[in-house]
Amino acid sequence: MSLISLALYIFEALAGAAALGILLVRNVFHAALLLIVCLISLAGVFVIYNAEFIAVTQILVYAGGVLVLIVFGIMLSSRIAGKPLVVTNQYVLPASLAGILSAGILIKLFSEQPFAQQPGALPGNPMNQTGIALMRDYVLPFEIAGILLLIALIGAAVTASSFYSKKQ
Amino acid sequence: MEHTLILSSILFAAGLMTVIVKRNAIMVLIGIELMLNAANLNLVFFNRNNPALSGHFFALFVIVVAVCEAAVGLAIVLRVYKYYQTSIPDQLTELKD
Repeated sequence: MSLISLALYIFEALAGAAALGILLVRNVFHAALLLIVCLISLAGVFVIYNAEFIAVTQILVYAGGVLVLIVFGIMLSSRIAGKPLVVTNQYVLPASLAGILSAGILIKLFSEQPFAQQPGALPGNPMNQTGIALMRDYVLPFEIAGILLLIALIGAAVTASSFYSKKQ
Repeated sequence: MEHTLILSSILFAAGLMTVIVKRNAIMVLIGIELMLNAANLNLVFFNRNNPALSGHFFALFVIVVAVCEAAVGLAIVLRVYKYYQTSIPDQLTELKD
């Protein structure tokens, strides 16, 4: 077993354990910290599968942006009520049925297909090709994604601020 | 059988169960992020020997849409929490005052 496949196994085990921990843990803040562990482990898996740009975006955007948003949401909503956010579970039997069935169907369908390629290096410089393709072939989705981000952030700021609600 | 596909199946199932089980809107958002990451992992995995890198770009735009969803969703959660003093999704059944 080479060092890269060992690192792949370690990252995948960390990500799976963190995902199952999110499912089992009761405190919302601990779930957010476990989500950070899961996302950074997935970034490591992305690096091994030659997706360096996706890995860097994952760390910058998810672990740096979304997680800060989620932690802000947890802290603000627990400050209003004045008690720690401990969640209870509901619908445990239907949820476990749905989860086990979906995982079983996905694993069975994946195991019937032959995917017999080893992860190898792509020809050329992947980061270089990513930049060129992003500015040439995918420039319209890129700009639309920028406009979507602007709209979503303005809408989130207006929705969360208390300025417009006090005026009525 | 590839172990990465098993991992993505487990991530998807854990996210789905988190969405159904937890009685908190922020936990529901965390579960949605887990499911989106399972899809991203599949996209990157199936693109590993493709020099056109189309799976990478699909994963990139999935990340962008996930960020928009998280920002707007958490803003709505905070607003609803201030108004109703609860963030249990089953108890939010009214839209008007």
